[in-house]
Amino acid sequence: MMKLSDLTQPAGEWLRGGGPMNDIVISSRIRLARNVAGFPFLSRCARQDRQVLESRLRDTILAAGISPKTLYVDLQQASDIERQLLVERHLISKPHAAAEGARGVAVSEDETVSIMVNEEDHLRLQVLRSGLQLEEVWEQINRIDDTLESKLDFAFHPRFGYLTACPTNVGTGIRVSVMLHLPALKLIGEIEKVFRAAKDMHLAVRGLYGEGTEATGDFYQISNQATLGKSEEEIIHEFKHLVIPKIIEYEQQARRLLLNERTVQLDDKVHRALGTLRCARLLSSEEVLFLLSHLRLGVHIGRIKDVDIRSINEMFLLTQTAHLQKIQNRKLEGDVRRAARAEYIRKRLGA
Amino acid sequence: MIKCDLCDNPATVHMTEIKNGKKMEKHLCEQCAAKHEMLPSKSHTPINELLTNFVLAHSGLQSQTTQSCQSCGITWADFRQNGLLGCPADYDLFEKELTPLLQRAHEGGTHHSGKVPARVGTDGSATRRMVDLGKLRKELARAVEAEDYEKAAKLRDSIKEAEKIG
Repeated sequence: MMKLSDLTQPAGEWLRGGGPMNDIVISSRIRLARNVAGFPFLSRCARQDRQVLESRLRDTILAAGISPKTLYVDLQQASDIERQLLVERHLISKPHAAAEGARGVAVSEDETVSIMVNEEDHLRLQVLRSGLQLEEVWEQINRIDDTLESKLDFAFHPRFGYLTACPTNVGTGIRVSVMLHLPALKLIGEIEKVFRAAKDMHLAVRGLYGEGTEATGDFYQISNQATLGKSEEEIIHEFKHLVIPKIIEYEQQARRLLLNERTVQLDDKVHRALGTLRCARLLSSEEVLFLLSHLRLGVHIGRIKDVDIRSINEMFLLTQTAHLQKIQNRKLEGDVRRAARAEYIRKRLGA
Repeated sequence: MIKCDLCDNPATVHMTEIKNGKKMEKHLCEQCAAKHEMLPSKSHTPINELLTNFVLAHSGLQSQTTQSCQSCGITWADFRQNGLLGCPADYDLFEKELTPLLQRAHEGGTHHSGKVPARVGTDGSATRRMVDLGKLRKELARAVEAEDYEKAAKLRDSIKEAEKIG
Protein backbone atom coordinates (compact mmCIF):
# COMPACT_ATOMS: atom_id res chain seq x y z
CA MET A 1 0.00 0.00 0.00
CA MET A 2 1.15 3.52 -0.77
CA LYS A 3 1.80 6.19 1.82
CA LEU A 4 0.73 9.81 1.75
CA SER A 5 4.31 10.93 1.24
CA ASP A 6 4.30 8.93 -1.99
CA LEU A 7 2.20 11.61 -3.63
CA THR A 8 5.27 12.81 -5.40
CA GLN A 9 3.83 14.61 -8.40
CA PRO A 10 4.63 18.29 -8.05
CA ALA A 11 1.09 19.21 -9.07
CA GLY A 12 -2.14 17.31 -8.58
CA GLU A 13 -3.79 16.01 -11.73
CA TRP A 14 -6.16 18.96 -11.90
CA LEU A 15 -3.28 21.36 -12.30
CA ARG A 16 -1.02 19.35 -14.55
CA GLY A 17 -2.14 21.60 -17.35
CA GLY A 18 -2.62 19.10 -20.14
CA GLY A 19 -5.78 18.00 -21.84
CA PRO A 20 -7.93 19.56 -24.53
CA MET A 21 -8.75 23.30 -24.31
CA ASN A 22 -6.37 23.68 -21.38
CA ASP A 23 -5.89 27.41 -21.93
CA ILE A 24 -9.41 27.87 -20.56
CA VAL A 25 -10.54 24.54 -19.12
CA ILE A 26 -8.48 23.64 -16.08
CA SER A 27 -10.14 20.34 -15.27
CA SER A 28 -13.10 18.03 -15.76
CA ARG A 29 -14.48 16.23 -12.74
CA ILE A 30 -17.32 13.81 -12.14
CA ARG A 31 -18.41 12.48 -8.79
CA LEU A 32 -20.94 9.80 -7.93
CA ALA A 33 -22.67 9.44 -4.57
CA ARG A 34 -23.41 5.88 -3.43
CA ASN A 35 -24.69 4.26 -0.25
CA VAL A 36 -24.58 0.66 0.85
CA ALA A 37 -27.99 -0.99 1.25
CA GLY A 38 -28.77 -2.25 4.74
CA PHE A 39 -27.00 0.58 6.56
CA PRO A 40 -28.48 3.91 7.66
CA PHE A 41 -27.06 7.06 6.09
CA LEU A 42 -24.13 8.50 8.01
CA SER A 43 -25.97 11.07 10.13
CA ARG A 44 -27.89 8.14 11.67
CA CYS A 45 -25.01 5.69 11.81
CA ALA A 46 -23.95 4.55 15.26
CA ARG A 47 -20.21 4.64 15.90
CA GLN A 48 -19.90 0.93 15.46
CA ASP A 49 -21.81 0.86 12.15
CA ARG A 50 -19.63 3.65 10.91
CA GLN A 51 -16.52 1.69 11.73
CA VAL A 52 -17.88 -1.47 10.14
CA LEU A 53 -18.69 0.47 6.98
CA GLU A 54 -15.29 2.14 6.89
CA SER A 55 -13.29 -1.05 7.16
CA ARG A 56 -15.56 -2.97 4.81
CA LEU A 57 -15.46 -0.24 2.17
CA ARG A 58 -11.72 0.19 2.54
CA ASP A 59 -11.14 -3.54 2.02
CA THR A 60 -13.52 -3.66 -0.94
CA ILE A 61 -11.91 -0.68 -2.67
CA LEU A 62 -8.37 -1.94 -2.14
CA ALA A 63 -9.29 -5.45 -3.33
CA ALA A 64 -11.16 -4.13 -6.36
CA GLY A 65 -8.00 -2.90 -8.04
CA ILE A 66 -9.52 0.42 -9.15
CA SER A 67 -6.06 1.54 -10.24
CA PRO A 68 -2.61 -0.10 -10.55
CA LYS A 69 -1.50 1.41 -7.24
CA THR A 70 -3.95 2.71 -4.66
CA LEU A 71 -3.26 4.71 -1.54
CA TYR A 72 -5.72 4.63 1.33
CA VAL A 73 -5.56 7.37 3.95
CA ASP A 74 -7.27 6.82 7.28
CA LEU A 75 -8.39 10.37 7.94
CA GLN A 76 -9.05 9.77 11.60
CA GLN A 77 -5.33 9.10 12.01
CA ALA A 78 -4.04 11.71 9.56
CA SER A 79 -2.61 15.02 10.80
CA ASP A 80 -4.20 18.40 10.12
CA ILE A 81 -1.59 19.25 7.51
CA GLU A 82 -2.02 15.92 5.74
CA ARG A 83 -5.76 16.44 5.54
CA GLN A 84 -5.30 20.00 4.31
CA LEU A 85 -2.84 18.73 1.71
CA LEU A 86 -5.50 16.39 0.34
CA VAL A 87 -7.99 19.25 0.18
CA GLU A 88 -5.55 21.44 -1.73
CA ARG A 89 -4.99 18.60 -4.21
CA HIS A 90 -8.76 18.25 -4.65
CA LEU A 91 -8.72 14.68 -3.39
CA ILE A 92 -11.08 15.24 -0.45
CA SER A 93 -13.69 17.89 0.35
CA LYS A 94 -13.29 20.47 3.08
CA PRO A 95 -16.10 18.93 5.20
CA HIS A 96 -14.46 15.51 4.90
CA ALA A 97 -11.20 16.95 6.19
CA ALA A 98 -12.92 18.65 9.10
CA ALA A 99 -15.30 15.82 10.05
CA GLU A 100 -14.90 13.35 12.89
CA GLY A 101 -15.17 9.60 13.21
CA ALA A 102 -14.14 6.65 11.07
CA ARG A 103 -13.58 7.88 7.53
CA GLY A 104 -10.98 7.83 4.81
CA VAL A 105 -10.07 8.26 1.20
CA ALA A 106 -8.65 5.98 -1.46
CA VAL A 107 -6.50 7.69 -4.08
CA SER A 108 -4.99 6.29 -7.27
CA GLU A 109 -1.29 6.89 -7.77
CA ASP A 110 -1.85 9.31 -10.63
CA GLU A 111 -4.45 11.13 -8.48
CA THR A 112 -7.14 10.93 -11.16
CA VAL A 113 -9.32 8.76 -8.92
CA SER A 114 -10.33 9.41 -5.35
CA ILE A 115 -12.98 7.65 -3.33
CA MET A 116 -14.11 9.24 -0.10
CA VAL A 117 -15.42 6.79 2.47
CA ASN A 118 -18.02 8.00 5.00
CA GLU A 119 -18.37 11.55 3.75
CA GLU A 120 -21.99 12.75 3.47
CA ASP A 121 -22.69 9.45 1.70
CA HIS A 122 -21.00 6.11 2.35
CA LEU A 123 -19.07 6.50 -0.89
CA ARG A 124 -18.21 9.53 -2.96
CA LEU A 125 -16.36 8.47 -6.10
CA GLN A 126 -14.47 11.10 -8.03
CA VAL A 127 -12.52 11.11 -11.26
CA LEU A 128 -10.64 14.26 -12.15
CA ARG A 129 -8.63 14.99 -15.30
CA SER A 130 -7.06 18.12 -16.63
CA GLY A 131 -8.59 19.90 -19.59
CA LEU A 132 -11.95 19.16 -21.13
CA GLN A 133 -12.30 15.37 -20.99
CA LEU A 134 -15.79 14.72 -19.69
CA GLU A 135 -16.51 11.61 -21.76
CA GLU A 136 -13.22 9.99 -20.77
CA VAL A 137 -13.89 10.87 -17.15
CA TRP A 138 -17.39 9.40 -17.30
CA GLU A 139 -16.14 6.20 -18.92
CA GLN A 140 -13.54 5.77 -16.18
CA ILE A 141 -15.83 6.50 -13.24
CA ASN A 142 -18.62 4.36 -14.67
CA ARG A 143 -16.21 1.43 -14.87
CA ILE A 144 -15.06 1.94 -11.29
CA ASP A 145 -18.69 2.15 -10.17
CA ASP A 146 -19.45 -1.12 -12.01
CA THR A 147 -16.52 -2.81 -10.30
CA LEU A 148 -17.55 -1.67 -6.83
CA GLU A 149 -21.17 -2.50 -7.52
CA SER A 150 -20.26 -6.09 -8.33
CA LYS A 151 -19.00 -6.37 -4.75
CA LEU A 152 -21.41 -4.11 -2.90
CA ASP A 153 -25.18 -3.80 -2.82
CA PHE A 154 -25.93 -0.11 -3.38
CA ALA A 155 -29.16 1.44 -2.08
CA PHE A 156 -31.30 1.84 -5.19
CA HIS A 157 -34.98 2.65 -5.69
CA PRO A 158 -36.92 2.07 -8.92
CA ARG A 159 -38.45 5.54 -8.80
CA PHE A 160 -35.72 7.56 -7.08
CA GLY A 161 -32.61 5.81 -8.42
CA TYR A 162 -29.48 5.79 -6.26
CA LEU A 163 -30.51 6.88 -2.78
CA THR A 164 -28.44 9.56 -1.09
CA ALA A 165 -28.46 11.17 2.34
CA CYS A 166 -29.42 14.52 0.84
CA PRO A 167 -32.33 14.42 -1.62
CA THR A 168 -30.58 17.01 -3.81
CA ASN A 169 -28.21 14.25 -4.96
CA VAL A 170 -30.72 11.44 -5.41
CA GLY A 171 -31.20 9.73 -8.78
CA THR A 172 -27.95 9.47 -10.66
CA GLY A 173 -25.97 10.83 -7.71
CA ILE A 174 -23.83 12.56 -10.30
CA ARG A 175 -22.14 15.90 -10.15
CA VAL A 176 -20.35 17.01 -13.27
CA SER A 177 -17.99 19.94 -12.68
CA VAL A 178 -15.81 21.79 -15.10
CA MET A 179 -13.25 24.25 -13.78
CA LEU A 180 -12.71 27.22 -16.02
CA HIS A 181 -10.21 30.06 -16.06
CA LEU A 182 -12.06 33.15 -17.25
CA PRO A 183 -9.81 36.17 -16.62
CA ALA A 184 -10.70 38.05 -19.82
CA LEU A 185 -14.45 37.90 -19.17
CA LYS A 186 -13.74 39.27 -15.72
CA LEU A 187 -11.55 42.06 -17.08
CA ILE A 188 -14.13 43.25 -19.62
CA GLY A 189 -16.92 43.00 -17.02
CA GLU A 190 -18.97 40.26 -18.66
CA ILE A 191 -18.52 37.55 -16.06
CA GLU A 192 -21.80 38.30 -14.27
CA LYS A 193 -23.66 37.53 -17.48
CA VAL A 194 -22.07 34.09 -17.57
CA PHE A 195 -23.19 33.47 -13.99
CA ARG A 196 -26.74 34.52 -14.73
CA ALA A 197 -26.90 32.38 -17.87
CA ALA A 198 -25.54 29.41 -15.93
CA LYS A 199 -28.05 29.92 -13.16
CA ASP A 200 -30.88 30.09 -15.68
CA MET A 201 -29.79 26.63 -16.77
CA HIS A 202 -29.89 25.42 -13.17
CA LEU A 203 -26.13 25.15 -13.02
CA ALA A 204 -24.13 26.09 -9.96
CA VAL A 205 -21.10 28.37 -10.16
CA ARG A 206 -18.55 27.93 -7.41
CA GLY A 207 -14.96 28.77 -6.55
CA LEU A 208 -11.79 26.68 -6.61
CA TYR A 209 -12.69 24.38 -3.76
CA GLY A 210 -16.32 23.67 -4.52
CA GLU A 211 -19.33 24.19 -2.33
CA GLY A 212 -19.24 27.30 -0.20
CA THR A 213 -16.01 28.70 -1.58
CA GLU A 214 -15.57 32.04 -3.30
CA ALA A 215 -14.31 32.25 -6.82
CA THR A 216 -10.72 33.42 -6.47
CA GLY A 217 -8.23 34.23 -9.18
CA ASP A 218 -10.88 34.05 -11.91
CA PHE A 219 -11.36 30.29 -11.50
CA TYR A 220 -14.92 29.12 -11.68
CA GLN A 221 -16.37 25.69 -11.22
CA ILE A 222 -19.57 25.08 -13.14
CA SER A 223 -21.64 22.07 -12.14
CA ASN A 224 -25.06 20.51 -12.57
CA GLN A 225 -27.59 20.60 -9.77
CA ALA A 226 -30.40 18.37 -10.99
CA THR A 227 -29.67 14.67 -10.55
CA LEU A 228 -33.18 13.22 -10.82
CA GLY A 229 -34.89 12.78 -14.16
CA LYS A 230 -31.88 13.29 -16.38
CA SER A 231 -29.50 10.49 -17.30
CA GLU A 232 -25.75 10.75 -16.81
CA GLU A 233 -25.23 10.88 -20.58
CA GLU A 234 -27.77 13.68 -21.02
CA ILE A 235 -26.06 15.83 -18.40
CA ILE A 236 -22.59 15.19 -19.82
CA HIS A 237 -23.78 15.81 -23.36
CA GLU A 238 -25.30 19.13 -22.33
CA PHE A 239 -22.05 20.19 -20.70
CA LYS A 240 -19.81 19.06 -23.49
CA HIS A 241 -21.80 20.32 -26.43
CA LEU A 242 -23.82 23.20 -25.08
CA VAL A 243 -22.65 24.83 -21.90
CA ILE A 244 -18.87 24.65 -21.92
CA PRO A 245 -18.19 25.39 -25.63
CA LYS A 246 -20.31 28.54 -25.36
CA ILE A 247 -18.41 29.81 -22.36
CA ILE A 248 -15.07 28.95 -23.98
CA GLU A 249 -16.06 30.88 -27.08
CA TYR A 250 -17.14 33.83 -24.97
CA GLU A 251 -13.81 33.91 -23.13
CA GLN A 252 -11.90 33.58 -26.42
CA GLN A 253 -13.81 36.54 -27.83
CA ALA A 254 -13.05 38.53 -24.71
CA ARG A 255 -9.35 37.68 -25.01
CA ARG A 256 -9.32 38.76 -28.66
CA LEU A 257 -11.06 42.00 -27.76
CA LEU A 258 -8.51 42.75 -25.06
CA LEU A 259 -5.63 41.96 -27.41
CA ASN A 260 -6.94 44.06 -30.26
CA GLU A 261 -8.48 47.01 -28.51
CA ARG A 262 -6.86 47.30 -25.12
CA THR A 263 -3.36 46.02 -25.81
CA VAL A 264 -1.52 48.44 -23.55
CA GLN A 265 -3.93 47.97 -20.64
CA LEU A 266 -3.69 44.22 -21.04
CA ASP A 267 0.10 44.29 -21.22
CA ASP A 268 0.16 46.46 -18.13
CA LYS A 269 -2.06 44.02 -16.19
CA VAL A 270 -0.10 40.89 -17.01
CA HIS A 271 3.34 42.43 -16.63
CA ARG A 272 2.33 44.12 -13.41
CA ALA A 273 1.34 40.70 -12.11
CA LEU A 274 4.69 39.26 -13.13
CA GLY A 275 6.51 42.23 -11.59
CA THR A 276 4.73 41.86 -8.28
CA LEU A 277 5.33 38.13 -8.15
CA ARG A 278 9.03 38.66 -8.90
CA CYS A 279 9.55 41.40 -6.35
CA ALA A 280 7.04 41.11 -3.51
CA ARG A 281 8.32 40.12 -0.07
CA LEU A 282 4.98 39.21 1.52
CA LEU A 283 2.24 37.41 -0.39
CA SER A 284 -1.11 36.05 0.81
CA SER A 285 -2.54 33.00 -0.94
CA GLU A 286 -5.45 35.02 -2.35
CA GLU A 287 -3.14 37.61 -3.85
CA VAL A 288 -1.04 34.86 -5.39
CA LEU A 289 -4.09 33.29 -7.01
CA PHE A 290 -5.10 36.65 -8.40
CA LEU A 291 -1.62 37.44 -9.75
CA LEU A 292 -1.00 33.97 -11.14
CA SER A 293 -4.35 34.19 -12.90
CA HIS A 294 -3.22 37.31 -14.77
CA LEU A 295 0.19 35.79 -15.43
CA ARG A 296 -1.45 32.68 -16.86
CA LEU A 297 -3.56 34.86 -19.15
CA GLY A 298 -0.43 36.70 -20.30
CA VAL A 299 1.33 33.46 -21.17
CA HIS A 300 -1.66 31.96 -22.98
CA ILE A 301 -2.18 34.97 -25.20
CA GLY A 302 1.52 35.22 -25.96
CA ARG A 303 2.28 38.50 -24.19
CA ILE A 304 4.64 36.87 -21.68
CA LYS A 305 7.14 34.48 -23.16
CA ASP A 306 9.71 33.65 -20.49
CA VAL A 307 7.42 31.81 -18.06
CA ASP A 308 5.94 28.39 -18.81
CA ILE A 309 2.46 27.20 -17.91
CA ARG A 310 3.79 24.19 -16.06
CA SER A 311 5.59 26.36 -13.51
CA ILE A 312 2.53 28.55 -13.11
CA ASN A 313 0.38 25.49 -12.42
CA GLU A 314 2.87 24.18 -9.89
CA MET A 315 3.02 27.52 -8.16
CA PHE A 316 -0.77 27.52 -7.83
CA LEU A 317 -0.62 24.38 -5.77
CA LEU A 318 2.70 24.60 -3.99
CA THR A 319 2.08 28.07 -2.58
CA GLN A 320 -1.09 26.97 -0.83
CA THR A 321 -0.81 26.80 2.90
CA ALA A 322 -0.39 23.07 3.54
CA HIS A 323 1.89 22.50 0.56
CA LEU A 324 4.09 25.42 1.50
CA GLN A 325 4.49 24.02 4.99
CA LYS A 326 5.25 20.60 3.59
CA ILE A 327 8.01 22.00 1.34
CA GLN A 328 9.47 23.95 4.25
CA ASN A 329 8.89 21.04 6.56
CA ARG A 330 7.68 23.28 9.40
CA LYS A 331 4.60 25.06 10.62
CA LEU A 332 4.34 28.60 9.29
CA GLU A 333 2.04 31.35 10.50
CA GLY A 334 1.17 34.91 9.54
CA ASP A 335 3.90 37.03 7.98
CA VAL A 336 6.44 34.22 8.25
CA ARG A 337 4.19 32.16 5.99
CA ARG A 338 3.57 35.07 3.63
CA ALA A 339 7.30 35.74 3.43
CA ALA A 340 8.04 32.07 2.70
CA ARG A 341 5.42 32.12 -0.05
CA ALA A 342 6.92 35.24 -1.66
CA GLU A 343 10.39 33.79 -1.43
CA TYR A 344 9.35 30.51 -3.03
CA ILE A 345 7.72 32.38 -5.94
CA ARG A 346 10.74 34.66 -6.44
CA LYS A 347 12.92 31.58 -6.72
CA ARG A 348 10.57 29.87 -9.16
CA LEU A 349 10.45 32.94 -11.36
CA GLY A 350 14.22 33.26 -11.31
CA ALA A 351 14.19 36.66 -9.70
CA MET B 1 -46.76 40.26 6.80
CA ILE B 2 -48.63 40.52 3.53
CA LYS B 3 -52.41 40.47 3.79
CA CYS B 4 -54.64 38.49 1.47
CA ASP B 5 -55.92 40.58 -1.47
CA LEU B 6 -59.49 39.46 -0.79
CA CYS B 7 -59.76 39.28 3.00
CA ASP B 8 -57.75 40.18 6.11
CA ASN B 9 -56.05 36.86 6.67
CA PRO B 10 -52.29 36.55 6.15
CA ALA B 11 -51.48 35.74 2.52
CA THR B 12 -49.74 32.41 2.11
CA VAL B 13 -50.23 31.98 -1.63
CA HIS B 14 -48.16 34.31 -3.79
CA MET B 15 -48.54 34.33 -7.52
CA THR B 16 -47.08 36.33 -10.35
CA GLU B 17 -49.09 36.32 -13.53
CA ILE B 18 -47.98 37.79 -16.80
CA LYS B 19 -50.92 38.85 -18.93
CA ASN B 20 -50.37 40.67 -22.24
CA GLY B 21 -46.86 41.49 -21.15
CA LYS B 22 -48.04 43.02 -17.87
CA LYS B 23 -46.86 41.58 -14.58
CA MET B 24 -49.55 41.07 -11.95
CA GLU B 25 -48.90 39.93 -8.43
CA LYS B 26 -51.52 38.21 -6.33
CA HIS B 27 -51.34 37.47 -2.63
CA LEU B 28 -54.02 35.25 -1.19
CA CYS B 29 -54.75 33.27 1.90
CA GLU B 30 -55.25 29.56 1.49
CA GLN B 31 -59.06 29.73 1.74
CA CYS B 32 -59.45 32.45 -0.87
CA ALA B 33 -57.00 30.73 -3.18
CA ALA B 34 -58.95 27.51 -2.90
CA LYS B 35 -62.34 29.23 -3.30
CA HIS B 36 -61.37 31.16 -6.39
CA GLU B 37 -59.30 28.39 -7.97
CA MET B 38 -56.59 30.89 -8.54
CA LEU B 39 -54.32 28.44 -10.24
CA PRO B 40 -53.74 29.27 -13.88
CA SER B 41 -55.68 26.64 -15.76
CA LYS B 42 -54.22 26.95 -19.22
CA SER B 43 -50.52 26.82 -18.40
CA HIS B 44 -48.22 23.92 -19.16
CA THR B 45 -48.64 20.91 -16.96
CA PRO B 46 -45.26 21.03 -15.25
CA ILE B 47 -45.77 24.59 -14.02
CA ASN B 48 -49.28 23.73 -12.99
CA GLU B 49 -47.96 20.82 -10.98
CA LEU B 50 -45.28 22.96 -9.45
CA LEU B 51 -47.81 25.55 -8.35
CA THR B 52 -50.18 22.96 -6.97
CA ASN B 53 -47.37 21.56 -4.94
CA PHE B 54 -46.32 25.00 -3.86
CA VAL B 55 -49.84 25.78 -2.68
CA LEU B 56 -50.10 22.45 -0.93
CA ALA B 57 -46.78 22.90 0.78
CA HIS B 58 -47.76 26.29 2.14
CA SER B 59 -51.37 25.62 2.97
CA GLY B 60 -50.99 23.13 5.74
CA LEU B 61 -53.44 20.94 3.84
CA GLN B 62 -50.67 18.46 3.25
CA SER B 63 -50.60 15.68 5.78
CA GLN B 64 -47.47 16.71 7.63
CA THR B 65 -46.58 13.29 8.82
CA THR B 66 -45.47 12.91 12.39
CA GLN B 67 -44.51 9.32 11.77
CA SER B 68 -40.97 8.36 12.59
CA CYS B 69 -39.00 5.88 10.50
CA GLN B 70 -38.99 2.41 12.03
CA SER B 71 -35.53 1.74 10.76
CA CYS B 72 -33.61 4.97 11.50
CA GLY B 73 -35.99 6.87 13.76
CA ILE B 74 -36.10 10.25 12.01
CA THR B 75 -39.28 12.27 11.54
CA TRP B 76 -40.14 14.64 8.71
CA ALA B 77 -39.42 17.54 11.09
CA ASP B 78 -35.91 16.14 11.72
CA PHE B 79 -35.29 16.09 8.01
CA ARG B 80 -36.55 19.63 7.56
CA GLN B 81 -34.17 20.74 10.24
CA ASN B 82 -30.90 19.39 8.87
CA GLY B 83 -31.67 18.52 5.26
CA LEU B 84 -30.43 14.95 5.53
CA LEU B 85 -32.42 11.75 5.49
CA GLY B 86 -31.56 8.97 7.90
CA CYS B 87 -31.78 5.84 5.78
CA PRO B 88 -32.92 4.49 2.40
CA ALA B 89 -36.37 3.60 3.80
CA ASP B 90 -37.13 7.31 4.36
CA TYR B 91 -37.60 7.78 0.64
CA ASP B 92 -40.65 5.50 0.76
CA LEU B 93 -41.93 6.73 4.11
CA PHE B 94 -41.79 10.40 3.14
CA GLU B 95 -42.43 9.97 -0.57
CA LYS B 96 -45.42 12.32 -0.59
CA GLU B 97 -43.66 15.07 1.33
CA LEU B 98 -40.46 14.70 -0.66
CA THR B 99 -42.03 14.94 -4.09
CA PRO B 100 -42.49 18.73 -4.28
CA LEU B 101 -39.02 19.29 -2.81
CA LEU B 102 -37.49 16.97 -5.37
CA GLN B 103 -39.28 18.73 -8.19
CA ARG B 104 -37.89 22.04 -7.10
CA ALA B 105 -34.37 20.72 -6.67
CA HIS B 106 -34.28 18.78 -9.92
CA GLU B 107 -35.88 21.05 -12.52
CA GLY B 108 -39.17 19.20 -12.21
CA GLY B 109 -37.62 15.72 -12.26
CA THR B 110 -39.54 13.14 -10.25
CA HIS B 111 -38.36 9.81 -11.64
CA HIS B 112 -34.90 8.40 -12.06
CA SER B 113 -33.55 8.14 -15.56
CA GLY B 114 -30.08 6.78 -16.06
CA LYS B 115 -27.83 4.08 -14.70
CA VAL B 116 -29.31 1.08 -12.90
CA PRO B 117 -27.07 -1.23 -10.90
CA ALA B 118 -26.59 -4.62 -12.55
CA ARG B 119 -27.76 -6.46 -9.47
CA VAL B 120 -30.76 -4.78 -7.94
CA GLY B 121 -31.68 -7.61 -5.61
CA THR B 122 -33.77 -10.27 -7.37
CA ASP B 123 -35.93 -7.91 -9.44
CA GLY B 124 -33.02 -6.34 -11.28
CA SER B 125 -34.53 -6.87 -14.71
CA ALA B 126 -37.91 -5.46 -13.69
CA THR B 127 -36.30 -2.35 -12.24
CA ARG B 128 -34.19 -1.82 -15.30
CA ARG B 129 -37.27 -2.18 -17.48
CA MET B 130 -39.11 0.45 -15.46
CA VAL B 131 -36.28 2.90 -15.81
CA ASP B 132 -35.96 2.17 -19.53
CA LEU B 133 -39.67 2.71 -19.98
CA GLY B 134 -39.45 6.05 -18.24
CA LYS B 135 -36.63 7.03 -20.54
CA LEU B 136 -38.55 5.95 -23.66
CA ARG B 137 -41.62 7.90 -22.58
CA LYS B 138 -39.52 10.99 -22.08
CA GLU B 139 -37.90 10.59 -25.49
CA LEU B 140 -41.35 10.20 -27.00
CA ALA B 141 -42.53 13.44 -25.43
CA ARG B 142 -39.47 15.17 -26.80
CA ALA B 143 -39.93 13.74 -30.29
CA VAL B 144 -43.55 14.92 -30.31
CA GLU B 145 -42.49 18.34 -29.14
CA ALA B 146 -39.90 18.51 -31.91
CA GLU B 147 -42.57 17.29 -34.36
CA ASP B 148 -40.39 14.35 -35.31
CA TYR B 149 -43.32 12.01 -35.86
CA GLU B 150 -41.33 9.28 -37.54
CA LYS B 151 -39.16 8.95 -34.45
CA ALA B 152 -42.22 9.26 -32.22
CA ALA B 153 -43.93 6.35 -33.98
CA LYS B 154 -40.87 4.16 -33.51
CA LEU B 155 -40.64 5.10 -29.84
CA ARG B 156 -44.34 4.38 -29.33
CA ASP B 157 -43.79 0.90 -30.75
CA SER B 158 -40.78 0.32 -28.49
CA ILE B 159 -42.84 1.39 -25.47
CA LYS B 160 -45.67 -1.00 -26.38
CA GLU B 161 -43.13 -3.78 -26.83
CA ALA B 162 -41.48 -3.04 -23.47
CA GLU B 163 -44.84 -2.92 -21.71
CA LYS B 164 -45.82 -6.32 -23.14
CA ILE B 165 -42.75 -8.07 -21.71
CA GLY B 166 -43.78 -7.01 -18.23
